[in-house]
Amino acid sequence: MSEQITGAQSLVQALEHAGVEVVFGIPGGAILPAYDPLMDSEKIRHILVRHEQGAGHAAQGYAVASGRVGVCMATSGPGATNLVTAIADAYMDSVPIVAVTGQVTSRAIGTDAFQEADIRGITMPITKHSFLVTDPAEIPRAIAEAFHIASTGRPGPVLVDISKDALQATTSFAWPTELHLPGYRPTTKPHGKQVREAARLIAEAQRPVLYVGGGVVKANASTELKVLAEMTGIPVVTTLMARGAFPDSHPLHLGMPGMHGTVAAVGALQKSDLLISLGARFDDRVTGDLGSFAPEAKVIHADIDPAEISKNRVADVPIVGDAREVIADLVVALQAEFAEHPADYTAWQQQMQEVAHRYPLGYDDPEDGTMSPQRVIQRIGEIAGPDATYTAGVGQHQMWAANFIGHERPARWINSGGMGTMGFSVPAALGAQVARPGEVVWAIDGDGCFQMTNQELATCALEGIPIKVAVINNSSLGMVRQWQTLFYEGRYSNTDLQTGSDAARIPDFVKLADAYGCVGLRCESPDDLDDVIEKAMSINDVPVVIDFVVHRDAMVWPMVPAGLSNDLIQIARDMAPDFGDEEI
Amino acid sequence: MSKHTLSVLVENTPGVLARVASLFMRRGFNIDSLAVGQTEIPEISRMTIVVNVDELPLEQVTKQLNKLVNVLKIVELEPSAAVERELMLIKVRADSQTRGQVLETVQLFRAKVVDVAVDAVTIEATGDPGKLSAMLRVLEPFGIREIAQSGRVAIGRGGRSITDRTLRTVPGGSSQTA
Repeated sequence: MSEQITGAQSLVQALEHAGVEVVFGIPGGAILPAYDPLMDSEKIRHILVRHEQGAGHAAQGYAVASGRVGVCMATSGPGATNLVTAIADAYMDSVPIVAVTGQVTSRAIGTDAFQEADIRGITMPITKHSFLVTDPAEIPRAIAEAFHIASTGRPGPVLVDISKDALQATTSFAWPTELHLPGYRPTTKPHGKQVREAARLIAEAQRPVLYVGGGVVKANASTELKVLAEMTGIPVVTTLMARGAFPDSHPLHLGMPGMHGTVAAVGALQKSDLLISLGARFDDRVTGDLGSFAPEAKVIHADIDPAEISKNRVADVPIVGDAREVIADLVVALQAEFAEHPADYTAWQQQMQEVAHRYPLGYDDPEDGTMSPQRVIQRIGEIAGPDATYTAGVGQHQMWAANFIGHERPARWINSGGMGTMGFSVPAALGAQVARPGEVVWAIDGDGCFQMTNQELATCALEGIPIKVAVINNSSLGMVRQWQTLFYEGRYSNTDLQTGSDAARIPDFVKLADAYGCVGLRCESPDDLDDVIEKAMSINDVPVVIDFVVHRDAMVWPMVPAGLSNDLIQIARDMAPDFGDEEI
Repeated sequence: MSKHTLSVLVENTPGVLARVASLFMRRGFNIDSLAVGQTEIPEISRMTIVVNVDELPLEQVTKQLNKLVNVLKIVELEPSAAVERELMLIKVRADSQTRGQVLETVQLFRAKVVDVAVDAVTIEATGDPGKLSAMLRVLEPFGIREIAQSGRVAIGRGGRSITDRTLRTVPGGSSQTA
């Protein structure tokens, strides 16, 4: 008979068997039994966060940066519900995390016991799968299956809810040698016939575009993508989730499409006669009004999730498979196709490069001597370079960071794309820094976002996680304010945060940083910008927070107003670009 | 919009009905009828779901259902190639004067009486939805007191089975190899 251990010990052993090195979490009543053996684990480092949402986002940042499954742990009830936002975020952006939650004793389930919440029910629509474990013998299998499901196919969050009595009971440990998941068979190998059909459409096209989404980053397919793009000469656009999947400096790269995309990227999709969608999902922030999106284009849609294909835009050639395998197969199929039907997209490519040249991303520096937020972000990107990891919150600073940092490498850009979760950047940077010790990790944040999760600075300071936080402080909920400027006649309802230099400055971010044991710096003049960034770069033993006090009225351009056609993209207020509609 | 009958094979595990129902709700589809029961394989349950949707949304709901880990297989049953049945229990007013006529109707529709009281009879009827609604129309004038109706169940015609090859095992218990 094998050794008798507690369910809690079994859980820790299972996590070790699954290869877990880091767990982000907070203990509490129901999960308490698990924290006892966790203390003795030599393989697992537990990082005590200050709020469970931080644990969830840290697990996400860790997952993207490491390419492994991120793990967060919380107790029942409020501990578990505090994870919900991060779980929803991971679901939207297909980030592999496993959330382990304690549940009240099995006899008490359903009785409205203290700190009881039906977290499995609550998270059902936002998890890839979930488990409720009340039998200690089931713990290893649930953990093994959770990790398998989270990390394969289209990645996503999996919840394992374990009742307290299952953690306390005696059991024996057996790691499953095979998984019994008859209903889970993700397709990774694309269908050869579909790939050949795609190659045929590409050879026939005059104005094809490689529409690259986050799936390419997750599939580690950047090398293959570069081969495909250079072999064909087809222009590339990378979505918010795919920034870095293809180098920004590459001449074939037209930038980011969508609501705040470049004129060239948005224009290329609109004028295209063939979209080659790789791991992208035709999100409304990319397509704008669906009915007028890329009206002349046929669509090749490759995705590992069959349900994404033809969900928003009907695909002419659906391909289900892993992006890396799809692209690799497509390269081979195209070589054969081009041998018989050579294609030349030079004229199209030049036309779009001309548009890119005519409408580069840009901004004006304020005339009153204050700083432009775009310049701050651009300089951070230039000084820290493409090897640094950048996380972002949500809003104006996120769009500027997406556009003005030169993204050259995959999985160096970590943000909340689908969910748009304010407060994402600090805990995500925490997780990314844990995955990449010794490397530079910048959290590009806004003054609004920063105030949602900055308690994790305590975690960073105490655990030796020296992230750098750039608070792009425009003293307001900037993106909402921008919409109020544009669509609500400048009526600024509840967007003034009073954190700027001429306001109450509550809180004072430098003092706040100091209180958290971080280095706090402030920069208010463009003349000091580089020095302050260099100063932050020189500190690598404690977290640094920089209060970049920036001009308040800067807006994100270009912009396609919500729900309108991408054809109505504006490069500045009431200014439409000229695409130069000469036929090619 | 048109009605479609889906046979959904699911693992017989707790919560699977909630997962399926919540998916329909979240994606904005209405379930017309739902019946769940065991199959010849104890680990597998079968849901028969009738939805009222267009072709494209149907494809989407099928794909989304397929993503549920506990869903093993989905087959759309064409009415012409399937047997579809519903069960209905109908309590009808019937006193000594009308009982004879009610019983005649029961016989006409090949239903049967399962309970008799002084002022009512309870009828058990099975059939396709068309037959049951026709029967209800005939019984209506006597006074229908109560109806209990099952969801629709359906099975394909011919010798083939949809439960073949639905249980398979995934090798390997470790995933952290990156």
